[in-house]
Amino acid sequence: MTQLVGLIPLFPLIGFLVIGLWQKKFPGIFSGILASVLVALSFIISAGIFFTLPTSPVTVDIFDWIVCGSFSAKMSFYIDPVSSVMLLIVTGVGLLIHIYSIGYMKNDEGFARFFSYMNLFVFFMLLLVLGSNYLVMYAGWEGVGLCSYLLIGFWFKNTEYNHAANKAFIVNRIGDLGFVLGIILMFLNFGSISFDQVFSSASHMPHNQPVMVTITLLLFVGAIAKSAQIPLYTWLPDAMAGPTPVSALIHAATMVTAGVYMIVRSNIIYSLAPFTLHIIAIIGLATALFSATIALAQTDIKKVLAYSTVSQLGYMFVALGVGAYSSALFHVTTHAFFKALLFLAAGSVIHAMSGEQDIRNMGGLRKKLPITFLVFGAGTLAISGVPPFSGFFSKDEILAKTYLQSPFMFIVLSITSVLTAIYMFRLFFLTFYGTFRGNREQEHHLHESPPVITIPLVILAILSTLGGFLGMPSILSSHHFFDTFLSPSIAPGTLAGSGEVSHTFEWTVVAVSVLVLAAVIIWLYSRYQTRGNVPPQEEASFTPAYRVLNHKYYIDEIYDTIIVKPLYGLGVVFWTLVDNRLVDGVVTGINKGVLYSSQMLRRVQTGNIGFYIFVMVFGIIALLIFNLVL
Amino acid sequence: MISILILIPFVAAIVVLFSGEKAKTISFYAAIAELIVSFYALTLFRADGGMQFVQDYWWIPSLGISYTVGADGISMLLVLLTTVLTPLIIYSSFSHNYSRPGLFYSLILIMQAALIGVFTALDGFLFYVFWELALIPIYLICLVWGGKDRVRITLKFFIYTLFGSLLMLVALIWLWLQTPGTHSFALEALYKIQLTPGQSGWIFWAFFISFAIKMPVFPFHTWQPDTYTDSPTPGTMLLSGIMLKMGVYGLIRWLLPIATEGIGQWGWLALSLSLVSVLYASIIALVQKDFKRLIAFSSIAHVGLISAGVFSLSLQGTQGAVIQMLNHGINVVGLFFIADILSTRLKTREMSEMGGIRLVAPRFSAVFIILVMASIALPLTNGFVGEFLLINGIFQVSGRMAAVAGLTIILGAVYMLTSYRKIVLGDKQARTALFADLTPQEKGVLVPLVVLIIAIGVYPSPILRFAEPSVKAILGIIHGHGGMALMN
Repeated sequence: MTQLVGLIPLFPLIGFLVIGLWQKKFPGIFSGILASVLVALSFIISAGIFFTLPTSPVTVDIFDWIVCGSFSAKMSFYIDPVSSVMLLIVTGVGLLIHIYSIGYMKNDEGFARFFSYMNLFVFFMLLLVLGSNYLVMYAGWEGVGLCSYLLIGFWFKNTEYNHAANKAFIVNRIGDLGFVLGIILMFLNFGSISFDQVFSSASHMPHNQPVMVTITLLLFVGAIAKSAQIPLYTWLPDAMAGPTPVSALIHAATMVTAGVYMIVRSNIIYSLAPFTLHIIAIIGLATALFSATIALAQTDIKKVLAYSTVSQLGYMFVALGVGAYSSALFHVTTHAFFKALLFLAAGSVIHAMSGEQDIRNMGGLRKKLPITFLVFGAGTLAISGVPPFSGFFSKDEILAKTYLQSPFMFIVLSITSVLTAIYMFRLFFLTFYGTFRGNREQEHHLHESPPVITIPLVILAILSTLGGFLGMPSILSSHHFFDTFLSPSIAPGTLAGSGEVSHTFEWTVVAVSVLVLAAVIIWLYSRYQTRGNVPPQEEASFTPAYRVLNHKYYIDEIYDTIIVKPLYGLGVVFWTLVDNRLVDGVVTGINKGVLYSSQMLRRVQTGNIGFYIFVMVFGIIALLIFNLVL
Repeated sequence: MISILILIPFVAAIVVLFSGEKAKTISFYAAIAELIVSFYALTLFRADGGMQFVQDYWWIPSLGISYTVGADGISMLLVLLTTVLTPLIIYSSFSHNYSRPGLFYSLILIMQAALIGVFTALDGFLFYVFWELALIPIYLICLVWGGKDRVRITLKFFIYTLFGSLLMLVALIWLWLQTPGTHSFALEALYKIQLTPGQSGWIFWAFFISFAIKMPVFPFHTWQPDTYTDSPTPGTMLLSGIMLKMGVYGLIRWLLPIATEGIGQWGWLALSLSLVSVLYASIIALVQKDFKRLIAFSSIAHVGLISAGVFSLSLQGTQGAVIQMLNHGINVVGLFFIADILSTRLKTREMSEMGGIRLVAPRFSAVFIILVMASIALPLTNGFVGEFLLINGIFQVSGRMAAVAGLTIILGAVYMLTSYRKIVLGDKQARTALFADLTPQEKGVLVPLVVLIIAIGVYPSPILRFAEPSVKAILGIIHGHGGMALMN
């Protein structure tokens, strides 16, 4: 089965090429069906590999990619529990989103182009999770960045969207620089960049070696950009310019979790650099809290979800930072289910609202969109961590493992959990409860989406509801499927560090969180359900604090002032002063020195050039031949 | 074999000169014939690091000057670059009607011959002759068919390169005087000269400045943006696609093995200047409004990185330089052709006056984005292979320098994507509403380039294996002399 692994990325690549080259030739929705079928084939093989997974990692070589001296980066794939879980997420969630998109993009003139990009994305994402060395992973890493760029700017007529696309690519490139330097340093240090060799030589190394810390930090810079952590998260909210299925697949379920995947994959070297892990935990914690506060004050349905993604990614990085690698991957999995669900359900809402995204203009949609309402509710409960929905299990696990490391971080993370419930239920109630606040035309148009859209939603809702049972906490079951399954890929002794939380403590946490969540839900219900209108203080930028949150702490403006503008200023200075005045001035000075001869030259050149050249060439050839003959 | 490759374009040039209106077609077929012969040569070539197809005849025996040519892996790749790009460049000019076509196309063919000569000459004097011979046609192309400001610009270009050539000539003659017995210009004789550190330093600078002007490297670069912008497109393509590789090739073949001591003393400075070039040109590219000039500056940045890779004296850096010479040639020819299509159709090169092209010309836009991605080194395009190896090589000298070099990863994306956005994306505009998609002739030029971009990006290892023995041989000379750095 593992020998078929090469086919997994091949199918979507074929889809991209065929649909991309002949997009005009595909009638109707055929290109969408073809693209979905190809992803389905990849999913079937991925599932086959998952169920027949060999006990030790397998490397399948395809061909030599970049080989130079002792440097070798083969195009080859690596199969182990971590990559096989990621394969299932990418192809499984990817497939559902492809099917959904057939309905969602049906009337778009770029239908075929959309599916060619989506297939290209799946190809690169599979390369990313399958690569058996860091350079192949990097190829996928940059490739998904390209697709993200293409799909954010999918509606290229809109200049604002194009700016968002550029921003996503460029901010990611900042991270990529770190990633590349990390890979090179790894090569210089280990003599190899393939997982096998790096991990086996790393196992003999002492902790906190400076070079180890540098390598892990450099790779982490890549993860910061790709997974939208502070200070490089600003591209992700803007990336919502892309079509909603893109936000679901790329900017929630798969691509943005690549940073988490990379660190889980590299857990052996990260465990050797506790210093880096501390940094990761701090950045993850700050991001989780910070973006949750921003989400409180957003009014665009997709922007709320975007900031919530940033916040949830922060959770995953906290998990990584405390060494709970499998918990991080568990949260990646459940998050892929419920966040894809939330985005797609939001897409269904936006569709029904004729493109409207402002939740202040929605309300009361539960009657008109019953299925969307139910699945969105499931997603909201899951992300808020209400038992027994999936988010509860994965979040609870991260909270417990964080507590073992640092009670302070545990408290901050718990506060973030409450904030999450607040902004999510605010979104949920504003959208589906109360009375309709949009205009007549929108109201007239309101409809539930067709089955091609609702069936993927229902499947994702089931996964979001039940997915948590993959990783039951120890208080409920002695068998934690996820931990056991991943254990071959996680360095021994790093499975969430040391010890276990006491069961009493864990029960207390569960009880308290359930009570708090219940309180939050009741409070928000009374706040939004009973009124016909949005509470007035949310209508406009009311208080200064609210305004700051609504403007995302003015981070974009700050970056623009301290980085972008000075850089362009420097460009002007270099060009007009250094180049045109200074260097050229010196050259002109020399020119004047040879003015006379240059004037002579000019006079000669205004003559019959053809003849001039011919004589010269002839002369040289003659000289050459003459001497050869002699 | 090599002599045949040099002679075909020469003979063709003479025919073309007198062929009047048919010059285009005849020169194109000549270039195709040349391409076929060069591929035949490739089939006979064994990549073992030694010189092959060596031909050695006395030219001026009394002065120790011989006509010696031959090719190792590096030379062979550059010869192939020349023979592949020349027909494409000629074909790309088919949509234009240049005045005096006989002269125009024969100059291009003379250049091709001279370039192949430069890449294969194994005699110092012969190298110098071909070097000069390659420059003359391009002066004339700029001067006769250039833009409005051509006289001033060509003069600047001329003075720069004349100065460089003179330095090289002086250095060669001085080296010649150091050879034992009846002096010799033979490459091997020059390699054997034992120089004092002081002498080696002087030779280093003479060669370096001469090559640095050609590439160009900061602060010897100000002729380049003007000349690239003002030349007719085939001239710009020849200059940027092939000719600037003369400078890089000179570094590898002539500077490194001869001035080894000089590199020990001054290599760090050359490396730093190259990195300054990368950063400086990238930052200037950010504020360009004329697309052709923007590519000119981006070319300085790319070549700076190549030069830095050479001065890393590491296997990865030098191999990166070799493969990046090919890649840069392919990509820059494509981009200048895109610029040419734009300015021919829209009668402007100002990016702010474009936009909305994606809507009416999807194929043009698709090819353009592939070229952009290759230029900013997306993995699985050719640009990445070179850029990664170059930064890898530089890292072996210093991690900080690699970080500076790596800024091109970010800045390149900024200026290329910004220009793509301004030129191609956006809503319909009156000015571009009738922008035609690619014609068959334009596809004929661009499709081979795109195929090369992907092919080299996905499967570069044959090329890398091809060049590796030769690169190792040259680095062996340097490190044998007790140079610095390590060999990985």
